[in-house]
Amino acid sequence: MSGTTAPVETSDSAPVGTPGAPAGESLQDYARRWWAGVRAGDLGSLPIVIGLILIAIIFQSQNDRFLTAGNFVNLIVQMAAITVIGMGIVFVLLLGEIDLSVGYVSGVAGVATALLMIPDGSHQLGAGPAIAIALLAGIGIGTLHGLLITKIGIPSFIVTLAGLLAWNGVVLLLIGSKGTVIIQNAFVVGFANDFLPATTAWIVVIAGIGLYAGLLLSGYRTRRKAGLATEPTSLIALRVISLAAVGIIVVAVANQDRGIPYVFLVIAGLYLLWTFVLNRTRFGRHIYAVGGNTEAARRAGINVDNVKIACFAICSLMAALGGIILASRLRSIDTNSGGGSILLYSIAAAVIGGTSLFGGRGHIKSAVLGALVIASIDNGLGLLGLSSGTKFVVTGLVLLAAVAVDSFSRRGRAQAGRA
Amino acid sequence: MTDTPVLELRGVSKNFGAVQALFEVDFHVSPGEVMALVGDNGAGKSTLIKCIAGIHPIDGGEVVFEGSPVSIHGPKDSAKLGIEVVYQDLALADNLDVVENMYLGRELTDGIRRLDETAMEARAKDTLASLSVTTIRSVRQTVAGLSGGQRQSVAVAKAVMWNSKVVILDEPTAALGVAQTRQVLDLVKRLGQQGLAVVLISHNLHDIFEVADTITVLRLGQNVAEFKTGEVTQTQVVEAITAGALSKVPGHVSAEVTA
Repeated sequence: MSGTTAPVETSDSAPVGTPGAPAGESLQDYARRWWAGVRAGDLGSLPIVIGLILIAIIFQSQNDRFLTAGNFVNLIVQMAAITVIGMGIVFVLLLGEIDLSVGYVSGVAGVATALLMIPDGSHQLGAGPAIAIALLAGIGIGTLHGLLITKIGIPSFIVTLAGLLAWNGVVLLLIGSKGTVIIQNAFVVGFANDFLPATTAWIVVIAGIGLYAGLLLSGYRTRRKAGLATEPTSLIALRVISLAAVGIIVVAVANQDRGIPYVFLVIAGLYLLWTFVLNRTRFGRHIYAVGGNTEAARRAGINVDNVKIACFAICSLMAALGGIILASRLRSIDTNSGGGSILLYSIAAAVIGGTSLFGGRGHIKSAVLGALVIASIDNGLGLLGLSSGTKFVVTGLVLLAAVAVDSFSRRGRAQAGRA
Repeated sequence: MTDTPVLELRGVSKNFGAVQALFEVDFHVSPGEVMALVGDNGAGKSTLIKCIAGIHPIDGGEVVFEGSPVSIHGPKDSAKLGIEVVYQDLALADNLDVVENMYLGRELTDGIRRLDETAMEARAKDTLASLSVTTIRSVRQTVAGLSGGQRQSVAVAKAVMWNSKVVILDEPTAALGVAQTRQVLDLVKRLGQQGLAVVLISHNLHDIFEVADTITVLRLGQNVAEFKTGEVTQTQVVEAITAGALSKVPGHVSAEVTA
């Protein structure tokens, strides 16, 4: 072990009070350290940002409708369901597990929502109760998967493969002879088909930027008070300015067309919620620990089974929500609900975004960035009039490329001891 | 170093089916004392610490902690008493940083159940500094990037951070280079000087003679000798490990005990 690790430091080297980022470090030092990290294989979101730019350039050069306000709004709506389901997938991937059932679990939820709202007089439900029941069903399904995996010890691959078949069956059974069910409820359809008024969108984005700046500043102040290393204030300013730039561009572009779809708010809210859960709560910390070293987590007194069950429940809950969003976007459900490319696109989104299949590494933003890549390719190839066959081949190649980049960078990290 | 043991095992037995892993073992360690636990493979060292840590329930005898008998049913019970074990494989999560590992399972939270990173980072740094662990550059780097000696230091710091009274180290210098072994041995000495009761399991008699005050020798699940480090030679200890006189014939007696 000692042969491959960093050279032994003697006791008179840097004291522990001097961490990698001493107070008063300038922005240049930060940039230099970031670049050193990138060269050592700590790529972060860099490959995916470059990938998105490449995608934009390629499709725009082939068809100048790609980078228009109208297509941008379409893209948000198209990526919504994959993003939401992908967020759930991140939770199980962090454990080093897999969930193959999310496609048809989303189908079950979409179908259940639509069926519960059918205006047949006797027991029609409103949108609220129907959605609540569908989401609870999602939690129940995930809990069932989790119990089978932890308490009986069946591998998650098998449990959720069985789920893939069984929940597909449930979709067919629920629909029965109805064929296609049109959703007429304005609230449910409005999710993916209605848009924020322009002024409201501006208020939301400005409030979001203010909140972000406030959080960064209060964090800076607490660390400062405790005498810990802080980021340079110029970097905090840069972060706020970047978010503000992205937010303002998104709203400005979308407002040129129909506006920001409501589903965008759903995605943003879920992103904040789950990022908070993963990074700032004990539960989130325990998920990373279980994924990184299950035995260490168990010895630290963490109830590993409960963490796993909760993650599978969250995964199926998010799948259910994704299914409702998908039903909303299509304004209907049918026997194909939850089928097709949903499952593989959602898993691919999380992986392309940088979440490791081996557990312990990943973020909620992976699902968002990955879904953006997949939806862009799908959308761009669609604009070029290419077939589903081409779409699948290209998306498959992008998935391979993303994992290859990750493998190379992991090798670099291992050599630099940064794993 | 006081003479009243903080932890004492009296006649502890443990069997796995027909296998008698421990037979009426006596063991004790006092505050400020570094007690080495030695024995050949299969002597029962690991079983003994797992009994103390609450991973295995004991089948006979009693565990006395600070003068009163206690029953330990799980790792949480032993942690509550102030007994911490640093396992051979360290039990650190590579993907978490130093602070996150030191607080794993016992994270501090603030009023609204948010992780209190600031408090955790500050206290982790204090603990490392109090143990004079000076080689870790940043407590916010993942432990995957640490050397074997640094990882061992983090694991030990994690164990002593909780007002622990007894720290058990399982082969802390196995697989370490010369300079890193030195770091860890210095750390073990400091733990004793700070008044903790330290139990050190090792195969390396050289290390043991350097840091331990007392040596308990186990052979085939039984006590065979107890030495003061200053009063014996390594040869005598090796003799006890390989050929120490067994007080009882395990096969026969254990059959009667378990019958």
